[in-house]
Amino acid sequence: MKPAPFDYRRPGSLPEALEALAGEPNAKVLAGGQSLVPLLSMRLAAPAMLVDINGLPGLADITVDASGVRIGALARHADVLASADVRRVQPLVSEALAHVAHATIRNRGTTVGSIVHADAAAEMPVVLSLVGGSVEVASVRGTRTIAADDLYVGPLETSLAHDEIATSAFFPALAPGAGVAFEEIARRHGDYALCGGGAVVDGDSVRVGYVSVADVPTVVDLSGVPLGELGEAALAHLEPADDIHATAAYRAQLVRVLTERVVRAAMAATSSKENPA
Amino acid sequence: MTEELHDVRLTVNGVAHDVQVPARRLLSDALRHDLALTGTHVGCEHGVCGACTVLVDGRPMRSCLMFAVSAVDAEITTVEGLTEPDGSLGPVQQAFAECHGLQCGFCTPGFLTTITAGLRENPRPTHDECRDMIAGNLCRCTGYQNIVKAVERAAAIQQAASVEERA
Repeated sequence: MKPAPFDYRRPGSLPEALEALAGEPNAKVLAGGQSLVPLLSMRLAAPAMLVDINGLPGLADITVDASGVRIGALARHADVLASADVRRVQPLVSEALAHVAHATIRNRGTTVGSIVHADAAAEMPVVLSLVGGSVEVASVRGTRTIAADDLYVGPLETSLAHDEIATSAFFPALAPGAGVAFEEIARRHGDYALCGGGAVVDGDSVRVGYVSVADVPTVVDLSGVPLGELGEAALAHLEPADDIHATAAYRAQLVRVLTERVVRAAMAATSSKENPA
Repeated sequence: MTEELHDVRLTVNGVAHDVQVPARRLLSDALRHDLALTGTHVGCEHGVCGACTVLVDGRPMRSCLMFAVSAVDAEITTVEGLTEPDGSLGPVQQAFAECHGLQCGFCTPGFLTTITAGLRENPRPTHDECRDMIAGNLCRCTGYQNIVKAVERAAAIQQAASVEERA
């Protein structure tokens, strides 16, 4: 339960960090470390180098304007969750963050780190997809923006190159009149969900993003599907799997139940906004 | 191959300690092995059980999910730092003793640090908020009932103390 040896760099500036990454193809970025350190301790990962970005200036900012929410690479989940501005402009971010692990983990873990860890059992990667967000990445070659649709290429795998650092994530603002909700079921409070889902309802558009029932963060468009058939329609796009926590059949049942529940909640959120009575 | 050692200054309970550690030294191990502060307990060592929780700049964090080299800029508080300056028990420790909030005591340091920070943020928690405060910590002995009582008792002790201070 101890990590294998690695070279350690703690750069004081982003260019220095990018140089270090560019010089070692088998390097990993350390931000909050709440997913990475367990992987290292269990020796499921053994990178040659860690580039610790916790000393970099200016990466912890959370910027909110009418267009949306931009979250810097060192902003901790707890700080994003505590932001009333984030909740006002894109409430799905806040709703989902409340389900991310426990408060103690949220104090250290970063939202951007969770996104580029790309775990299909985690909340924030699929929320980025669901709201059509993007990540800003930097390397010695320059910067680029990767849309969520182009970000996830496989289980725990993104389209970031080995020498790129995700410097921020952008979540567009919720459209006026749209409603969102997030629901999940876990064995114990704060555990990884057996199944979870976030919904965005905007006029006739109904989209649901799923946690723990596919290999990659998956969003399903359920526009026009009658309420009672939502879950079944979603299952055509999902691959619930057996594991120690639940059978595939049970997860499929959770998809049926949670899909309708989360869509109804998102619909209720739209009407409550239109009629603030 | 000898492993490279890093000079690290850790500030723990207000005292600066200079240690030489490999980069892979977990903060939990640095506290216990390098600083001999064995009050911090190591349970699952992958962030689930909460026994190793310490305060980093006042916020509860898992010391098994941090590297000592990465804690250089932080003020760390361990369970040893929760006692009063005169050596008597702090309010959360006192409440655990009064309410029988521990049996074997293995998980206790993590509960004490977590609750200390939790009450700082929310000095008058409801019963549900008390339960929520400790949701990230596992205890295999008590069944949690007395720990929840201890959270409520600690809040009461702190309130009484602050009333006394004002009087």
